[in-house]
Amino acid sequence: MFTWLHPYAKTERAYALCQSLFPYFLSAAVLGLVVGLVWGLVFAPPDYQQGDSFRIIYIHVPSAILAMGTYVAMATAGLVGLVWQWKTAYMSMIAIAPVGALMTFISLFTGAAWGKPMWGTWWIWDARLTSQLILLFLYFGVMALYAAFSDKQQAGKAAAIIALVGVINIPIIHYSVEWWNTLHQGSTITKIGRPSIAPEMKWPLLVSIAGFIGLIGTLVLLQLKNVILIREAHRPWVKKLLLTSSTKGER
Amino acid sequence: MSPLMSIFKRDWQLAMRNKSEFIQPLVFFVLVITLFPIGVGPGLATLQKIGPGVIWVAAILSALLGMEKLFRDDFNDGFLEQIQLSGVSLSLAMFIKVFCHWLLFILPLIVVSPMLALFLNLTPAMYWALLATLLLGTPILSFVGGIAVALTVGLQRGGVLLSLILIPVFIPLLIFATSVVDSAVFGLNYWPQLAIIAAMLCGAIAITPFAMSYAIRVSHH
Repeated sequence: MFTWLHPYAKTERAYALCQSLFPYFLSAAVLGLVVGLVWGLVFAPPDYQQGDSFRIIYIHVPSAILAMGTYVAMATAGLVGLVWQWKTAYMSMIAIAPVGALMTFISLFTGAAWGKPMWGTWWIWDARLTSQLILLFLYFGVMALYAAFSDKQQAGKAAAIIALVGVINIPIIHYSVEWWNTLHQGSTITKIGRPSIAPEMKWPLLVSIAGFIGLIGTLVLLQLKNVILIREAHRPWVKKLLLTSSTKGER
Repeated sequence: MSPLMSIFKRDWQLAMRNKSEFIQPLVFFVLVITLFPIGVGPGLATLQKIGPGVIWVAAILSALLGMEKLFRDDFNDGFLEQIQLSGVSLSLAMFIKVFCHWLLFILPLIVVSPMLALFLNLTPAMYWALLATLLLGTPILSFVGGIAVALTVGLQRGGVLLSLILIPVFIPLLIFATSVVDSAVFGLNYWPQLAIIAAMLCGAIAITPFAMSYAIRVSHH
């Protein structure tokens, strides 16, 4: 596997890989999001308790599920970078970070918007909400540390170390927060009575999760292509690529 | 004298010759805690309820404040580079430096904590539990914080960045520490939570020196 992987340590090959994978992720994103969201938002039956407002689940749940997975993907890229000293791994790590932060933000925002009609409050210090908020801060930490260095190779290493510290912490945070919440749980905290979801609601949800995976892939690839072009702007292949694409545009 | 002992002695003497530097976090700690009774009102019941959390939050903030200088001078004057060249294990040297820093900067906070417990109307049972969490928990702040300090040591403005990186990481510790005190209030058994904090400390002592020495190498790059 290693011999198969290591050509992609070269930025040019990695860029070409991004180019070739891009249409697949884009079509998965468009297909999954259009089908999943239209199905979920328009055709799925309303919830017997929550009425139509439950429909935000088709955006909230995919983003919430994938936010943490994206963090693990980012930390994995960082670990690969630290172990094999690939700069493309650091580039992918920093390409993933803002997308993961975006997912975390979407889940928090939709959660708040859902919480207002259902729980009567925008925010409660529920275990899930709190650990999601801390996750957002962890993303910010990685991005801020990366941005603080002018030498981007060094920045990649530093951000990778912090991402790994965070990934060790994620399970601790998750369980400690859950425990903290159950200790402090008063009568004011409402729990979502999570009924086992009906199949006609489940399928659109699964399709939108697939769509969100496609969306994350698309955004990461776009971001990674930009990162590669900016970092490698002095290389001949980048100049050639940009020149040919601009002449094509003129025609 | 072994090289590690001499590093310890050197750090100790340097700090002793510049006393104002390690008194500042201590004064900051006391002042932050003084703000709370003024801010939330002097009701004894309220103070007792928020007291342990306030002491812990203030301890985290003053640890962050004192941490910034942990490796800075040694990094700038080339001392850490010399350690790398000398053949002494950099990880062990980092361990000694962080331990010395904890003794000088954090232990004084714990020493004045009985007075603050009086300020915040803590009962003796609460105070003993709080003391146990501070003794076991604050070294975790220093060791885990050391990684971020070692990473940001080459940067011009590390201060706010350091807090941004570290505060989310410290949240579980805060949760366990305050839950120990909460259990102590009701006379419940708080050994499990204390054991978890101790386990986190053991993990931190075992792993973080290596991460710190790697981070210093990254900063030297």
